[in-house]
Amino acid sequence: MLSKKRKAYIGGMKAAMYISTGLTATLVIFLVAYVFIKGIPHISWELLSTKPSYISGKIGILPDILNTLYIVIATLIFVIPLGVGAAIYLTEYAKNKRLVGMIEYAAETLSGIPSIIYGLVGMLFFCQFLSFKTSLLSGSLTLVIMNLPTVMRTTQESLKTVPKSYRDGAFGLGAGKWRVIRTVVLPSCVDGVITGCILSIGRILGESAALLFTAGFAHALNGIFEGLTSPGASLTVALYVYAKEQGEFGVAFAIAAILMILTLLINLSATLVSRYFAKKREL
Amino acid sequence: MSDIMTAKDLNLWYDQTQALKNVNITIPEKSITAFIGPSGYGKSTFLKTLNRMNDLIPTVKIKGEVCYNGQNIYDSSVDVNELRREIGMVFQKPNPFPMSIYDNIAYGPRTHGIKSKVKLDEIVEQSLRDAAIWDEVKDRLKKNALGMSGGQQQRLCIARALAVKPKILLMDEPTSALDPISTSRIEELAIELKKSYTIVIVTHNMQQAVRISDNTAFFLLGELIEYGETEKLFSQPVDKRTEDYITGRFG
Ligand SMILES: Nc1ncnc2c1ncn2[C@@H]1O[C@H](COP(=O)(O)OP(=O)(O)O)[C@@H](O)[C@H]1O
Ligand SMILES: [Mg+2]
Repeated sequence: MLSKKRKAYIGGMKAAMYISTGLTATLVIFLVAYVFIKGIPHISWELLSTKPSYISGKIGILPDILNTLYIVIATLIFVIPLGVGAAIYLTEYAKNKRLVGMIEYAAETLSGIPSIIYGLVGMLFFCQFLSFKTSLLSGSLTLVIMNLPTVMRTTQESLKTVPKSYRDGAFGLGAGKWRVIRTVVLPSCVDGVITGCILSIGRILGESAALLFTAGFAHALNGIFEGLTSPGASLTVALYVYAKEQGEFGVAFAIAAILMILTLLINLSATLVSRYFAKKREL
Repeated sequence: MSDIMTAKDLNLWYDQTQALKNVNITIPEKSITAFIGPSGYGKSTFLKTLNRMNDLIPTVKIKGEVCYNGQNIYDSSVDVNELRREIGMVFQKPNPFPMSIYDNIAYGPRTHGIKSKVKLDEIVEQSLRDAAIWDEVKDRLKKNALGMSGGQQQRLCIARALAVKPKILLMDEPTSALDPISTSRIEELAIELKKSYTIVIVTHNMQQAVRISDNTAFFLLGELIEYGETEKLFSQPVDKRTEDYITGRFG
């Protein structure tokens, strides 16, 4: 028999659990609903397909959408080869395990640094020292540094999950190290790498502080190469500008809703990718 | 029968721990040599020194010689990849790659530069036939190898090893993870294969050693205690420890 006191205690704990779960769920639902209700009515084809015009006074976010796309592409182009390459080197080749441990620790610490600090350093290094000016390129390179540790670490972790027996099998047939990595190790951890990259895209989409410093606020409509060398606002930065400096809350909420939908899609595709590969593996 | 491999005063350490002590052995060509002994006493370790799979473990230090066709395989001039092509390995747990059956078999030949589809088709079929599994898989060569049963997977691994045309096949307890029927198929296969290959097999199963091997080596605590013709070793062991082991007094 449980004592009365104990019963009350258990009941109290249960109630507290239900309340906190309920509170969290309500908050999330409220936030999403609030943004969607305020934002979706303002999303129109015109908003998505034009650039802002001072003459007509209308606002379009096409340049910001494109800028975001350019930033994502440019960042991935640098961060994937660098991150995956570094991961392969550290896990498969590096001999000095202490140094590897230190680099892994540093990478983990780096990914915890507030992004505004990356922005500050990126501005000094890329915009000024390397004279890339305030541009999407400077912004992208800053994001490369920000995302490098994560891409590297997720790749490393998935490299480590490849069973040793696969490597043994390949080495036992007389395959050299690089061939073993390329034909046996990498293919069996592709899903980890892809998932890491998708999650990186999510972070790039959501980043604003680092870009405020490095990529600027312009809403000019550019092609990718022109765009990368000129300043431009990403969707997140545009959201900040429209809300804070122009008081255009309708547009800001529209952008917010778009960003939330994109984030949702990205997380969904990450799940789908890992599910797809898990199924393929089960075979 | 001429000798194909010889180990001379072979010592091996994992860090500070000595796992092999002054092993001397001579392995005759086109025969089956069995390594027996209680587990943890260096059979696998010794087997892996024969094709330098121990190179993959950074803590391993080796002293002594292993000669293959008269050449010390630990010589710096030896091409390890070529050595492992000639001295293939089958592992304790079947380890097919997560690819199709065809690609598993073609992996080795492709590694060694064979690109022609016709040639690869031929090698794949021949290797699968030699490993006595062709009839079971010929209609599903494009299917993932991980979908096969354990026994099939192990024969696939044997076929994969045969596909690079090795001279020697090292097998580390190849049947320990298999059921009795799969086990006897692999034993039959080993006896068939010794017509063309030299086989060295580690086994914890003494009946298996008696059934298939020509010579048997008994390992204890990293030492080779006794080595000789299987029949003789099991009927008139010279060393007391061998006798104790084969009569089941320990291990
Ligand atoms: N990678 C390794 N690192 C350190 N010690 C090892 C390693 N592999 C095996 N050993 C040790 O070497 C000894 C012999 O092991 P092994 O050759 O696997 O024995 P067996 O195959 O006869 O069971 C054991 O004591 C084992 O713990
Ligand atoms: Mg063993």
